[in-house]
Amino acid sequence: MAIPVIYNLRSVKERWVSAIVAVLGIAGTVGVFVAMLSLAKGFKATLVSSGAPDNAMVRRAGSTSEMDSSVTLDQVKILEDAPGVAHGPNGPMVTSEIVVIAPFPMRSTGTDANVQIRGVSSRTLDVRRHVKIIQGRMFEPGLSELVVGRNATNTYSGLTLGNSVKFGGGTWRVVGIFDAGGSAFDSEVWCDARVLNQIYHRPENVFQSVTVHLNSYGDFQKFKDSVIADPRLTADVSREVEYYDKQSRTLTVLITTLGGIVAVIMGIGAVFGALNTMYSAVAERSREIATLRALGFGEGPVVVSFTIEALLISLVGGILGCIAVLPLNGLTTGAMNWQTFSHLAFAFKITPPLLVEGVIFALLMGFLGGIFPAIRAARQPVAPALRGL
Amino acid sequence: MVRVDGSGTSSLIKVRGLDKKYYRGGEEIHVLQELNLDVDAGDFVAFMGPSGSGKTTLLNLLGGLDVPSAGSISVAGDEITSMSRSSLTEWRARHVGFIFQMYNLIPVLTAFQNVELPLLLTRLSKSQRRQHVETALNVVGLGDRMHHYPRQLSGGQEQRVTIARAIVSDPTFLLCDEPTGDLDRKSADEIMHLILTLVKQYKKTVLMVTHDPVVAQRADVTLHLEKGVLVEGSLERVMSGGAQ
Amino acid sequence: MKYADLLLANLFRKKLRLTLTIGSFAVALMLFGFLAVVREAFAGGVAIAGADRLVVINRTSIIQPLPLSYMDKISRIQGVKGVTHANWFGGVYQDERNFFAQFAIEPTSWKEMYPEFKIPDEQWNNFLKDRQGAIAGAATAKRFGWKVGDRIPIKGTFLPGVWEFNLDGIYQGTRAADDETQFWFQWDLFEEKVPERYKGNVGWYTVRVTNPDFSAQVAKAIDAEFANSPYETRTDTEKAFAAGWVKQFGNIEFLILTIGAVVFFTLLLVTGNTMATSVRERTGELAVLKAVGYSDTFVLMLVLIESLVIAGVGGVIGLLLAKGFTLLGDPTHGMLPFFFLPAKAMVVGLIAAMLVGIASGIVPAVGAMRLRVVNALRRV
Repeated sequence: MAIPVIYNLRSVKERWVSAIVAVLGIAGTVGVFVAMLSLAKGFKATLVSSGAPDNAMVRRAGSTSEMDSSVTLDQVKILEDAPGVAHGPNGPMVTSEIVVIAPFPMRSTGTDANVQIRGVSSRTLDVRRHVKIIQGRMFEPGLSELVVGRNATNTYSGLTLGNSVKFGGGTWRVVGIFDAGGSAFDSEVWCDARVLNQIYHRPENVFQSVTVHLNSYGDFQKFKDSVIADPRLTADVSREVEYYDKQSRTLTVLITTLGGIVAVIMGIGAVFGALNTMYSAVAERSREIATLRALGFGEGPVVVSFTIEALLISLVGGILGCIAVLPLNGLTTGAMNWQTFSHLAFAFKITPPLLVEGVIFALLMGFLGGIFPAIRAARQPVAPALRGL
Repeated sequence: MVRVDGSGTSSLIKVRGLDKKYYRGGEEIHVLQELNLDVDAGDFVAFMGPSGSGKTTLLNLLGGLDVPSAGSISVAGDEITSMSRSSLTEWRARHVGFIFQMYNLIPVLTAFQNVELPLLLTRLSKSQRRQHVETALNVVGLGDRMHHYPRQLSGGQEQRVTIARAIVSDPTFLLCDEPTGDLDRKSADEIMHLILTLVKQYKKTVLMVTHDPVVAQRADVTLHLEKGVLVEGSLERVMSGGAQ
Repeated sequence: MKYADLLLANLFRKKLRLTLTIGSFAVALMLFGFLAVVREAFAGGVAIAGADRLVVINRTSIIQPLPLSYMDKISRIQGVKGVTHANWFGGVYQDERNFFAQFAIEPTSWKEMYPEFKIPDEQWNNFLKDRQGAIAGAATAKRFGWKVGDRIPIKGTFLPGVWEFNLDGIYQGTRAADDETQFWFQWDLFEEKVPERYKGNVGWYTVRVTNPDFSAQVAKAIDAEFANSPYETRTDTEKAFAAGWVKQFGNIEFLILTIGAVVFFTLLLVTGNTMATSVRERTGELAVLKAVGYSDTFVLMLVLIESLVIAGVGGVIGLLLAKGFTLLGDPTHGMLPFFFLPAKAMVVGLIAAMLVGIASGIVPAVGAMRLRVVNALRRV
């Protein structure tokens, strides 16, 4: 027959100082674990949400990213007529773009960080449908005008509406602010691709990538096949979402690896702390345990009882750790995107599955910290313990 | 010779007008009142009295573990009531041997190491210390168990180790607080026999608190603590429960 | 010391508890060491930056090139002792994840600019004569198992084709912090193979100044020289350049400090609780010690020293484990060029451990010091 859980609850209450110590140890570990993973998730989410599922991106065959790709104007025209490409009031929903980086001073540190500047075509808003101009207006083609992402305007000094900035040897005016729904574009600055090509001494009619909006999600294969088959285009085609997913990989792997190592080491420490607490609990309660055994509770129930006690403590610790880091959710921070060497603003993203992972991690630590003392408690010889030896 | 009327002149231990009050739950408890005591070298005194009568308090005061509210205690000419805490600590190390009812031995040290403890406070060399320890353990009859841990000894043997420790630095007097309290009759007898040997053969001065009349009988004199003062007791008084 | 027996016996009173507490310290310090490594990995470049070197990049953007013709002009500016240039290649070796920096360099001026890199004369001379030659850093060579004489194919990214190099030599840094992951090849080959529109360009210049005190002035002079030209420059000291780069990575310092604080706080709680429990168990014995004549101060020191011994042993173990971990190499496969534990960090860690040891032991130690024999033994 099982030992009533109320015994564990009362015992924990009696030795609340030791219990609190174990709880805090586990809470700290879970907190760090969840925080680091949410950092990685947030980064990835920001990048991935840049892509729309019914968009496709075309780059030169073999290029690893936009920056080392090239697509000529002639090739762009071919792509405009490819099957599956959607058409709108402005013509085919196709945008040919280039990306460069330029230094701007960060508000927070005063030192420069590299901003990603995207030269786009006038039809870019047709293709990137989650992007909306929230202040001002879109730039005029052919002019040195900028529209700035929501995060970029907050991160850097000088990129405010109506302001003029100098870069690339020219003066540009910020004519609009856009909201890209929390994606990487929010950290970017957009302008006319042709003007940018001129400023950066690049060949006039060469772009880096072409992004098309498809009629439907399912039209991707049709589009891709026609592009691959065309000998005039040596191109790679991928869904926009996949492209950004791959882009996020480097930093995500870095954060996850480092964060994982930290969490594991902290976890070992937390288990030690739990073991200490539980072993001393068993020692202090040896007479009670012996009494329970003498009353007829078997070894099994004793093991279960102490393990449950450890699990209860770790559950509290896990929940506490999760609650402690919840305020981070949505908090914006910035890091360098190692693929583009540009600064990217993103937010911590704490999801329910992540919280569940955190609690499971806590329970695992609690289990490890409880099972061995529990076994010792069960194996303790009854008679000597009753005598108080 | 033991006196309680304050009339001794050349005693080893001289207590005059000893007063001790303490506060419990807002109430003032006047546990010792104008107590006098004279003990000569070689005396063996037992203190008896109901629980709460202050016998342990008296012992603590005599041993320099506590400070009186008023009065004086002098041992071998030293007035201990005016000593600072650190001087008292040093004084204790040199002059007093303690034997308590329990907790006496440090469980992680062997018998030898336990007995050695008081000597570590002196300047004796390692080999000198070893000599003293071995002697003391032989006196108490545990020469063959020197390197055993307390858990490997019986209750009676543990107390014997305690006694060895109490005598190893040759203190001026021994204070025992219920030394046989936790022991069975046979072990208790052994301990009392040992203490008597120390008194008779080694001329030790022993002050002992006990609630056991059989144990008290072994002493030269039994004093009762009544209403804060010491009264000499006789067997009839004790047996008739008059002191209660 | 004659009290050693007492101290050790008390420490080993409960072996399992001792192991777990030392283990807690070891874990915390191992984490500390790991965090120090990460911090060093990001900020290390700043510390080793040459005090007398400047970096010249295109003002518009770091990815824009500068003309080769600038080399001569820069070397003639007052205060400039030497100039070299390099181009970022950014190729892929076998797999995109095998990242390491590849530069097209001007060998002679490069070697003079970076005396901290050492390479056997014979290897260097072979490299000079070999247009398709390459020199790799010891860390990268070890990572891929390269030997001198190997043929290394690297696929260009923004420059097309697969480029093959002969590994003529392996360089090593002279200080623990030096970057041994770079891959150098001849600018001449680069210039020959790049498409027409990229020819005649370098990625950046590195300049050595005669007197570091005048770095700011020389930097200004260089930028003034090329102001209002199609390729304006931006010159910074190597240190400032590295520092700015690090700042872009994100607030690593803050993250590390926060985690470190959480860890040490938890450690303090756990060990404080353990010490308190251990002292509480011994109240009777400590009282007897005092009765026998041991001073209050002695008892205080006994407990404190126990705590310090645990902290010291655990701390040393943890730091050694962290050091050992760094010897296994970078777990992120090349993303962090520096992956080592600086000696200074180890000292700081040990001191931190001892401080935690004192802090966790002080309360029980003072309690033991204040213990009144009469009260403790009253429990009878």
